[in-house]
Amino acid sequence: MKLLKNVFDNLRPNFEEGGKFERYYKAYEAMETFAFVPGHVTHDGAHVRDAIDLKRTMFLVVIATIPALLFGMWNTGHQHFLALGQFMELGDGFMDKFLFGAMKVLPIVIVSYAVGLGIEFGIAVAKNHSVNEGYLVSGMLIPLIMPVEVPLWMVAVATAFAVLIGKEVFGGTGMNILNPALTARAFLFFAYPTKMSGNLVWVSTEGQATVDGYTGETLLAQSINSSTQYIDQAGASYSSVADTIYAAFMGWVPGSIGETSTLAILLGAAILLFTGIGSWRIMLSFLLGGLSMSYIFNMWGANPFMDVNPILQICMGGFMFGMVFMATDPVSAAQTNTGKWIYGFLAGFLGIMIRVFNPAYPEGIMMGILFMNVMAPLIDHYVVEANIKRRLKRATVTA
Amino acid sequence: MSKNVKIRRGANIKLEGAAALQTTTAEMASSYALKPADFHGLVPKMLLKEGAEVKPGTPIFHDKSDDRIKFVSPVSGEIAEIVRGEKRRILEIRIVADKDQQAPSVNTIDLSTGDGVKESLLSNGYWPFIKRRPYDIMAKPDESPKAIFVSCFDSAPLGADLNYLLNDQYAHFQAGLDALAKLTAGKVNLGVRSGNSGFASKSTNVVKNTFSGPHPAGNVGIQIHHVDPINKGDVVWTVDAQAVSMIGRFLTTGIPDFSKTVALAGAGVKEPQYINTIVGANMSSIINGRIKDGDYRIISGNVLSGDTVAGDGYLGFFPNVVSVIPEGKEQQFMGWLAPNFHKFSLSHAYFSWLMPSKKYNLNTNLNGEDRAYVMSGQYEDVLPMDIYPVHLIKSIMTNDIEKMEALGIYEVAPEDLALCEFACTSKTPVQRLVRQGIDTAIEELG
Repeated sequence: MKLLKNVFDNLRPNFEEGGKFERYYKAYEAMETFAFVPGHVTHDGAHVRDAIDLKRTMFLVVIATIPALLFGMWNTGHQHFLALGQFMELGDGFMDKFLFGAMKVLPIVIVSYAVGLGIEFGIAVAKNHSVNEGYLVSGMLIPLIMPVEVPLWMVAVATAFAVLIGKEVFGGTGMNILNPALTARAFLFFAYPTKMSGNLVWVSTEGQATVDGYTGETLLAQSINSSTQYIDQAGASYSSVADTIYAAFMGWVPGSIGETSTLAILLGAAILLFTGIGSWRIMLSFLLGGLSMSYIFNMWGANPFMDVNPILQICMGGFMFGMVFMATDPVSAAQTNTGKWIYGFLAGFLGIMIRVFNPAYPEGIMMGILFMNVMAPLIDHYVVEANIKRRLKRATVTA
Repeated sequence: MSKNVKIRRGANIKLEGAAALQTTTAEMASSYALKPADFHGLVPKMLLKEGAEVKPGTPIFHDKSDDRIKFVSPVSGEIAEIVRGEKRRILEIRIVADKDQQAPSVNTIDLSTGDGVKESLLSNGYWPFIKRRPYDIMAKPDESPKAIFVSCFDSAPLGADLNYLLNDQYAHFQAGLDALAKLTAGKVNLGVRSGNSGFASKSTNVVKNTFSGPHPAGNVGIQIHHVDPINKGDVVWTVDAQAVSMIGRFLTTGIPDFSKTVALAGAGVKEPQYINTIVGANMSSIINGRIKDGDYRIISGNVLSGDTVAGDGYLGFFPNVVSVIPEGKEQQFMGWLAPNFHKFSLSHAYFSWLMPSKKYNLNTNLNGEDRAYVMSGQYEDVLPMDIYPVHLIKSIMTNDIEKMEALGIYEVAPEDLALCEFACTSKTPVQRLVRQGIDTAIEELG
């Protein structure tokens, strides 16, 4: 530690004013403050400050994604071997599955971080502002919502788009309107739909011969045709809806890398709720919104997708991941407590609505959240206006 | 009509070094000072020059905008130095105290009318104890406030125990309240701690409102908000409880006497306790021999909104507490990642919320770096007002005066949002911004 401190102390003069690399001071500062919480003291205002800072906040979110990431790695391998008819039992070939998945997933994570952080550092140096910690989270979320077969160059392009257009043009972390990770996914979805949807992208078969009956369809895609009959990647039918729900809850079904396992995501949710970083208001209202839309569709029942069991509906696809990690992004969500209830409810509600009404957009949750990201400032505006009106009324009441 | 208010939002920050309930008297300081900066927005106009002899109660300068408001010497001695800063702004007027203090002249005071009281307070240097809301600035003598508010407890971290401090000053406190009652057409409101009204329990001629709950329940701004909120055009006055008792003492005896008691508290104090001293005393008379060796910050006021003073600086005009806490200049390796059981956080990202009764030795480290707003809801959790603090702050940042007015700039003082500043993940300088917003409002809205 002393050694590292000395390294930084020796390097610092190069980056300070008049040093060789003074232009890159902000990049140096980011590295140093990452290693050592700086010795900055308060100058005015409160003399003591809360121990919380943005680095810890963001890092705790990254920790919360780890269950989903690890499960995603295993599941990538599991789906792969299932499609090939190998290691058919869940417990079989654990390490083979995990390593296969890790080989597939880690490059995506690395590309996402390398491109995103590269741009963040570049812009920080160019604009001479501090490197913000926001991308620590976005960089992890982007891989988790990608199909495993997404080409790496697309990850790079999408990341660049998300950071530049989704965030930096608005002024950087804290100023963005849309959730950057969802922006990346939406960009790919509309720019390269064949690589982001359909039946070929969710399971990595690497062109090898698959078992009979293999389709590569996700549960969402199957729901278009039937709300009761589902098959897994090996072509075997689930015995009942409850069985399907169990598989979707545990997450051994095809889907984007990190969003299949409701259980792993709920572990992350527990971390976010325990630490108070994720808004329970948004999570709860999002869940209620999704469930109520599902029940409304159940009553309507015009097509198989509408008949899908509400519990299955929320365990499938990106609903849970969106609820826990996307909708709760504090920057793009509503910021008032009342607004959070409205925002969360509508995001869940619209997410299921889009998913069911337009099966061409199998991931309606993404659209629902992005739509509500855009609407969040409006919701807040009316909540604040109501406060202003209430406060004005107070004057006439007491007078 | 008195109210019982339960404050739910807020937080108590438990710090080591609370003052024990015992009092010693500080030796006479060699010098005293008046600091115009203690009175926000004041432009002083000097009445005396360097070298002039003064007695307690001798006017030294007045408010440039109102020459009735006099600022007087707290002790007898000689004006040694007028310290000026940029643009010749007066920072301090230092008075070297006489070894043998001369007795002040005794005033005859007409207590029968509001004007008599007002006149006595103005010309003897007691008026500046009265502040007004909106804006938390010195009261204007010609205004007639709709009510006067006095908070009878200090809920801030290491705050003085006013029940102890004013325990035997009941008569003076009451005399002060009676005099203040003559200055308003409305009522004098006391904010007392629910179930522990202490020294204020016998007070009469007032409305007593009780408050329970965490800090900032003891802030007079929060109390006003819950009892009789300030709307556009309203003016209320506020006076600190010890100042009320000092005013009462002056009006009863006719002798200008600026002695007061402050709590000397904090982890840097050897034996935290109460100290008898005089307004504007040189800090060395209070802290010498009483604080530990090491790098400590001395704060005239509480740790959330007091002013940093040097060890040879001066006690401010208002504070009831002098806080001494360690400076926090050390860097911590991967500090944002370590469990940090010794650190305190209102968020649950550290473990302090699981140990609610633990006392902390917090230093002045910023614990992070200045960032744009990311987290939401943190301010709302510690501001027990029907105000959207983040939106108010943003309206100040963007200089949107209409919004500032609508969102509550009339009701807030920097100290009311001090906990928001404490809690902020993005380390936004909330109190500075509130002050900036208030200054803009004074300029534009009057």
